[in-house]
Amino acid sequence: MLSFVAQRIVKGVFVLLAIIVMNFFLIRIAPGDPAAVMAGEAGASDAQFVQQLREKFSLDKPLPEQLFIYVKGVASLDLGFSFRQQMPVSKLIAERLPATLLLTLTAFAISLILGITFGTLAARFAGTWADTAITVSALLFYATPIFWVALMSILLFSVYLGWLPSFGYETVGANYSGLAHVKDVALHLIMPAMTIGLFFMATYTRMTRASMLEVKRLDFVKTARAKGLRDNIIQRRHVLRNALLPVVTLAGVHSGTLVGGAVLTETVFAWPGIGRLLYEALLQRDYNLLLGVFVVCSAMVLIFNLVTDLVYRLVDPRIEFAS
Amino acid sequence: MLKKFVLALALSGVSTMALAQEPKIGGTINAVIQPEPPGLMLALVQNGPTQMVSGNIYEGLLRYSKTLEPQPGLAESWTISPDAKTYTFKLKQGVTWHDGKPFTAADVLFSIETLKVTHARARNNLVQLDKVEAPDDYTVVFTLKQPFGPFIGIFEVGSMPIIPKHIYEGTDVKTNPANNTPIGTGPFMFKEWKKGSFIQLVKNPNYHVKGKPYIDGIYWQIIPDAAARSVAYETGKVDVLPGGSIENFDVPRVSKLPNTCVTGDGWEFFSPMAWMWLNNRSPVLANKKVRQAIMYAVDREFAKDVIWNGLGKVATGPSSSAIKFYTDNVPKYPYDPAKAKALLKEAGYKGEKVRLMPLPYGETWSRWGEAVKQNLVDVGMNIETIATDVPGSNQKNMEWDYDISFTYLYQYGDPALGVGRNYVTSAIQKGQLFNNLEGYSNPEVDKLFEEGAVATPDSKRKEIYEKVQKILVEDVPVAWQLELQFPTITNCKIKNLITTGIGVNDGFRDAWIDK
Repeated sequence: MLSFVAQRIVKGVFVLLAIIVMNFFLIRIAPGDPAAVMAGEAGASDAQFVQQLREKFSLDKPLPEQLFIYVKGVASLDLGFSFRQQMPVSKLIAERLPATLLLTLTAFAISLILGITFGTLAARFAGTWADTAITVSALLFYATPIFWVALMSILLFSVYLGWLPSFGYETVGANYSGLAHVKDVALHLIMPAMTIGLFFMATYTRMTRASMLEVKRLDFVKTARAKGLRDNIIQRRHVLRNALLPVVTLAGVHSGTLVGGAVLTETVFAWPGIGRLLYEALLQRDYNLLLGVFVVCSAMVLIFNLVTDLVYRLVDPRIEFAS
Repeated sequence: MLKKFVLALALSGVSTMALAQEPKIGGTINAVIQPEPPGLMLALVQNGPTQMVSGNIYEGLLRYSKTLEPQPGLAESWTISPDAKTYTFKLKQGVTWHDGKPFTAADVLFSIETLKVTHARARNNLVQLDKVEAPDDYTVVFTLKQPFGPFIGIFEVGSMPIIPKHIYEGTDVKTNPANNTPIGTGPFMFKEWKKGSFIQLVKNPNYHVKGKPYIDGIYWQIIPDAAARSVAYETGKVDVLPGGSIENFDVPRVSKLPNTCVTGDGWEFFSPMAWMWLNNRSPVLANKKVRQAIMYAVDREFAKDVIWNGLGKVATGPSSSAIKFYTDNVPKYPYDPAKAKALLKEAGYKGEKVRLMPLPYGETWSRWGEAVKQNLVDVGMNIETIATDVPGSNQKNMEWDYDISFTYLYQYGDPALGVGRNYVTSAIQKGQLFNNLEGYSNPEVDKLFEEGAVATPDSKRKEIYEKVQKILVEDVPVAWQLELQFPTITNCKIKNLITTGIGVNDGFRDAWIDK
């Protein structure tokens, strides 16, 4: 197992390097650079001002040299300096990452727990009204754009009902501590986490249902039934466990897109995470910050995928850690 | 409904005056700031959000009334020599920086030298400065190479912020760690900046204006989505929506919310003016008749009434009606598609493709771009819309890679500061984002703007600027659209928020909360 993990880490480093090089050039294909953006924001600028900015950000150097400087920095765990935010990128990301992790992991947990539960129920009661209701609801959440769900939930729960705060991570100026602070953050977390969670829940529901229905028909389930095992035990130990493999695979893939989903949600709910940082960096052509967020997100995807492979083994002991 | 809204906006100033009350002490104001400022050190960063927050931390030598008359700031009095070349400022005594050190003339001298390097607009404003001296700790004397009409108008906090010499002397101003915890002389002190969430300022207990500020502090809340900003106001989480915080089409709805006050005041100094750069280098637009045809083809009243919800004013020419030496005695361009078609025919326009680039600043600007495109198509022009984001649009403008491009620029109270730069030949410079991007060049206009900047007295300047406005309106180097108005929306419990022509950017020192 250790050699498996080691190999995956080495491969991961190469993947990260490829991501950095590709994105480095991709970002620069887009028209405009940070100097153009900041000159615009300054409200008055001359060519000298723009040139000063370009020199300050080393944008006047040849591209290969810029890439070399960047990769050299990353190798020594230095993600560079954010042009616009005037801060080291690693510091900016470190400040924002906890908020994103709190949001995406909560959303991930919500989607998995609800998705598997509803999927199991739908499979158990396949063909009944309960199955139809679950399947249709899942489709509805899947087909509705995340930003629309976010805006509508703000309208309902913040504007009309006044139950939940509409933006931010905590109540600014309230200075809560201890349990009151936890409750405050939780209240702010509900809408953004549910917005992302419900979208992904829909796919897990459908995947679990389909997979369970398929496993249900297999011979070992019939054997278990013939042995006289109770239905609950058959569903839980034999059907669900075997049906979970595709769900785990999907969850591994989704772990990366959760950060992508968080871009929209963090923007609408003013959640101070790295999704929003990414969005702002893109609009401001803050190259270092953009690349830094890509590096961190890619690393997260690689880690999640490694964890997924390890979970495979736990779910199904027949799988070996073959490289 | 629209008329009622505009009337309410116009009357808001009157009602504020009528209800003058004794200010109450205490409370905190929550205001929206968007986008998040890149930094708060005003000598280094001059974008709108930075000025809005840092106008509370730093101060300038002067402030300007809503009629743009100079008022005391860090300078308590000033005199101008009869030859209009020497400006002597007497500084206020007893002013301290937020760290307790005394403010003196040495800080002003140090700030001027720094701004010449770091502040593009200040550098331009100081172009006629020969020397600046401090005969004593509380006197600063500016000597000009020649008289410069708008000089008394360049001392507000955003144009010339005064920074502490004792913090920055002998250091690299750009990388000084103190930039993260800015120290000024202003009514509020920096307390905390939680990136992505809020910036907190607290009352300066040693502020040099006795009894002010009235409030205990300000939270600037960072909310990236325009709809979410509306909701934040609607749910009472923020009290102040500075101009431009929400989409224009949402302004009438939010303005009608209970206990909501709206004012268009506070933009007199900036006088934002929207126009379309017409690339005079383009074979089609090089023809004056085509440019005039565009002026006749675009329905600017429609844009004002529908797209801007009745806010603003149709521009008559290069100068905003709020700034000095404006005249409306210029050729007029009413909406007249028939005349536009005739002019295009006279110009020999054969349907060549013209690229139109709307300003990528949100929905209002996109809609405006679509409306103008429709107007131009209606008179037979072949228009292709270029869609891009802010960096892309800036880049294209800087490289003159457009035919028609929307913009809006500030005019800073005087044609020598905010108008001339858009039309003089010397301001044609590839690689810059503002000024004469259209490539218009007229020696007579150059000469008049040059004379206007240094002429004395004001009656002479008036004569010159009126003449140049007529020439420009006849030539149509750019297609002037609207004098923009960005209303500031507040909860009515917030009183006296805007007291100068600089508006919200001038700080909340006079504001108080009626509890």
